[in-house]
Amino acid sequence: MAKVHIPTPLRQYADKQSAVTVAGTTVAEALTSLVSKHPDLKKHLYTDDGKLRAFVNVYVNDEDIRYLQKEGTGLKESDTISIVPSIAGGR
Amino acid sequence: MIKIAQPAYDSLRLHGEETYPHECCGVLLGRFEDDGSRLVSTAVRCANTHKESPQNRYQIDPHELVKIQREGRQRDEDIIGFYHSHPDHPARWSSTDLAEAHWFGCSYIITGVAKGNAGITNSFLLMGSEDTDKEFSEERIVLLKQGAAQ
Repeated sequence: MAKVHIPTPLRQYADKQSAVTVAGTTVAEALTSLVSKHPDLKKHLYTDDGKLRAFVNVYVNDEDIRYLQKEGTGLKESDTISIVPSIAGGR
Repeated sequence: MIKIAQPAYDSLRLHGEETYPHECCGVLLGRFEDDGSRLVSTAVRCANTHKESPQNRYQIDPHELVKIQREGRQRDEDIIGFYHSHPDHPARWSSTDLAEAHWFGCSYIITGVAKGNAGITNSFLLMGSEDTDKEFSEERIVLLKQGAAQ
């Protein structure tokens, strides 16, 4: 089991919860478990062809999964996953 | 409406002066109120990690966001918005600001900084639910005296 922290804009699709505990030994399994529990999250996290949206950053503890094994990154019981939409802009 | 503790408001405006002629950026920590407004207790300064064009672009390292989210949880607070500056440019959202905005229901505060001096500060609430229907709606800023946001 791993804990997934839900960012404020996505909580409305997760019964207003700030964190959800999910099953899974990899990030992919954990996120699949998350969207099966809360199907409305799916289109906000994934593109139509099933890829994580470019602006969705996923961290395991303090590590960006892009620099680990991406969605194949393994999880331990004590791990926490953070979903973090990107922040950028400018005039 | 967004309510901001005066020290947080002063800090985010000063940040824009300090980083001039580059854009500053940061995170607003606080709470969502029952009436739908947002109450900002703290403006957390972040580094502008846009290396190619920091004078007219900004981005925040998502790792900073992870750490700030954690800090907020410890205080029973959430990320409820963001701020940045527009050096020598009006405090209005740009097409880039809207294209890059993904935190629906959160506030995006912009301060115009002219020749190094903070001018007008405006706040815009990101409405909608996805890229196809999103829009910014200007919202009123209410300043709270020190201690009122605790």
